Amino acid sequence: MEKQATRDAYGKALVELGRKYSDVVVLDADLSKSTKTADFAKIFPNRFINAGIAEQNMMGMAAGLAASGKVPFASSFAIFATGRAFEIVRNSLAYANLSVKICATHAGITVGEDGGSHQSVEDLAIMRCVPNITVVAPADGTSTRKAVEAVYHHSGPVYLRLGRPAVPVLYDESLDFQIGRGIELRGGKDATLIGCGIMVAKCLEAADRLREQGIDVSVVDMHTIKPIDRDLIARKAHDTGAILTVEEHSVLGGLGGAVCEVVCEQFPVPVMRMGIEDRFGQSGTPDELLEYYGLSVDMIVANTRILVSKK
Amino acid sequence: MREITESTIQAVEAKALSLRRHIISMLGEAGSGHTGGSLSAADIVACLYFWEMNVDPHQPQKPDRDRFVLSKGHAAPVLYAALAEKGFFPVTELAGLRKLGNPLQGHPDMRKVPGVEASTGSLGQGISWAVGMALAEKMNGGGSYRIYALLGDGEIEEGLVWEALMAAAHYKLDNLTAFLDHNRLQIDGPISQVMSPEPVADKFRAFGWETLVIDGHDIGQIMPALELARSTHGRPTAIIAETIKGKGCSFMENKAEWHGTAPNREQTIQALKELGIGPEPV
Repeated sequence: MEKQATRDAYGKALVELGRKYSDVVVLDADLSKSTKTADFAKIFPNRFINAGIAEQNMMGMAAGLAASGKVPFASSFAIFATGRAFEIVRNSLAYANLSVKICATHAGITVGEDGGSHQSVEDLAIMRCVPNITVVAPADGTSTRKAVEAVYHHSGPVYLRLGRPAVPVLYDESLDFQIGRGIELRGGKDATLIGCGIMVAKCLEAADRLREQGIDVSVVDMHTIKPIDRDLIARKAHDTGAILTVEEHSVLGGLGGAVCEVVCEQFPVPVMRMGIEDRFGQSGTPDELLEYYGLSVDMIVANTRILVSKK
Repeated sequence: MREITESTIQAVEAKALSLRRHIISMLGEAGSGHTGGSLSAADIVACLYFWEMNVDPHQPQKPDRDRFVLSKGHAAPVLYAALAEKGFFPVTELAGLRKLGNPLQGHPDMRKVPGVEASTGSLGQGISWAVGMALAEKMNGGGSYRIYALLGDGEIEEGLVWEALMAAAHYKLDNLTAFLDHNRLQIDGPISQVMSPEPVADKFRAFGWETLVIDGHDIGQIMPALELARSTHGRPTAIIAETIKGKGCSFMENKAEWHGTAPNREQTIQALKELGIGPEPV
């Protein structure tokens, strides 16, 4: 199966975007080789600004650029873009409703060996509760490229969450990616697996295994965490009667929280949230960490069986 | 070079007096807000809006306009007064300051008030916006407009300010001029006691800025400082303006307690009297 890291797809998409639109500018904070903005920097040096190791000023400068008619894409690791720079993102970007695209890579525990200090497990929750910010976590390279184009055209601030490791390519070019509209990858009657980011591929793998065991689950790629696709969630709750959410993020406040908010108000059914229990990450390989923190295909299969038995 | 004459200086002085009267009136009406730091900046802001900057109240978004960022956003009253006096909105609207549903928020909101270029208030962020605006102007080819920022001297205790100053010098932003309203007082007391940023001029110089120190209440010094900033190439200019917090109202001058306090009815009358409005004109 073909694999690509979403950060790699982002880097390539930025170059395409730069060729098409002259108002695209890119900022980075001394991590351009890791966030993959370096390709854009090489081709469009006059539209690339290295802020140095100063994420707060990167976001502040992005505000000034956006207020001057540019469409800034500001990149760093998720932990710094949403953590270190939070209050600048909140007041200078979101409060002023400026079209700045915060494109953060190295989200979640699959940062790997760098350890817990660099593994953002709270960024979706942090960004989701700020007014005006749209939150997107694409599942693969293809949807990342489409998402980059979509967030460029979207008015207002966007948080785009990207990952470090190579993950399976799930979509081809025919994908119709729309912000705010989840993608039903597979139909099924017994339960719905709703994933985001790199966990979508694992949900699909789990669905195959479950089918062999006689359990027929639907799979949804909920790439937009905010505004979340309420209609799709309510329909899946109604049609399948049980929902499992899977995210490479804390179980508090991210995809699972967002889905529960909809389910409890619109069509209450049992929901189980898979993610990182309220704790920090640590050093290890990405695969070891996913296993250790309970985000393996095996665990999705096991939890789905428990969930279905509760119906 | 534009002429600096007795009459151009006097015209701006008259505007500064009007701004001070508006500041007192609107804060008296609002019952809360930041009086001292609005008054200390009145001469700088008057000089920018009524002598220096190319802005048009009838075309608030015209592309080649000069931009002013009030980084010390709590001094919103001085900005609102200047915008109203300039004609961006009627002077009568100043009475709506800080009231529910009114565009004149406690701190400036660019989405609500024509002429406000940046939503500021959280200290340190405005100078960072201004650097981004100056970068954008340079990317567009440069030479079309200038960017001005006004910082408080307590504000520069924020680390973000120094990130922004570093970037402005690194990117050689000679289209950017920053004023430091050096009134030496912050909410909790003298800056020298709370958290001294001194020596401020040395720090700006060390960060690569062309740096001037002037009397921030002397229009005759502010104007040539702005001329010098225009003729400086390859680096941004900092104008350290020595000012008096509460300038213009005797009982407010040099008192930290007037940082975030609005005058009551009697104090408003007294202050306006000192500014030449009232039953016993000065």
